Amino acid sequence: MRRRVEARAHNHAAWWAYIVHRVSGVLLAVFLPLHFWALSTALHGDAALDGFLRFTDRPLFKFAEWGLVVLLALHMTGGVRLLLIEFRPWSGLRKNWIAAACGAGIAAGLAFALALVR
Amino acid sequence: MTMTMDGATQARRWYRQRISAMVLALCVLVHLVTIIYAVRSGLTAEALLARTRGNIAFAAFYAVFVLACAVHVPVGLARIGEEWLGLRARAADAAANVFALVIVVMGATAVYAMVHG
Repeated sequence: MRRRVEARAHNHAAWWAYIVHRVSGVLLAVFLPLHFWALSTALHGDAALDGFLRFTDRPLFKFAEWGLVVLLALHMTGGVRLLLIEFRPWSGLRKNWIAAACGAGIAAGLAFALALVR
Repeated sequence: MTMTMDGATQARRWYRQRISAMVLALCVLVHLVTIIYAVRSGLTAEALLARTRGNIAFAAFYAVFVLACAVHVPVGLARIGEEWLGLRARAADAAANVFALVIVVMGATAVYAMVHG
């Protein structure tokens, strides 16, 4: 019974918005130190940074980068939805903003993919 | 929700996370455009560093971005550490604060590397 209630509670756009926001937040946080470390290779000169960029110039890394761009766009738009709910005099779950967040994720993903194939 | 945190602490965290989120929303928007532009023009150290070296606007923007991240990220991580990993509030806070310090130090190093490296 409890499981059925939980399943029903999860089968809801606002629950999905919550879980996507949380999981994307964790993944982005974990990525930050890696990102900073990669950029810091520039301290050892152009060649060091170039070496890293060449190392990551392969499909698996490009796919991961694409995923991070999508997560970043999702987390940002999902966050703006929360700010609107909390700071604007509107009530309700702002489901239109859940849709907008999905749209922003797809748009950012497409723009990144297009930039890759240029 | 755990009842280990007093209301004032919770409110402060909520506020800190939301104000930093407002800054981050703008930063992320600019960053996404920057990413697409950088990838489009070819990801080479030469091309990237030619745009970032000695670029004060770049340094200032990304310094703000790093600081906003350091304020924003630990609030969420501490809560997730409590809810999903079952950490006690103090342990979760300590871990999140260490993470914030890592972000500030590594982020500042990265910005310095791109501007003066």
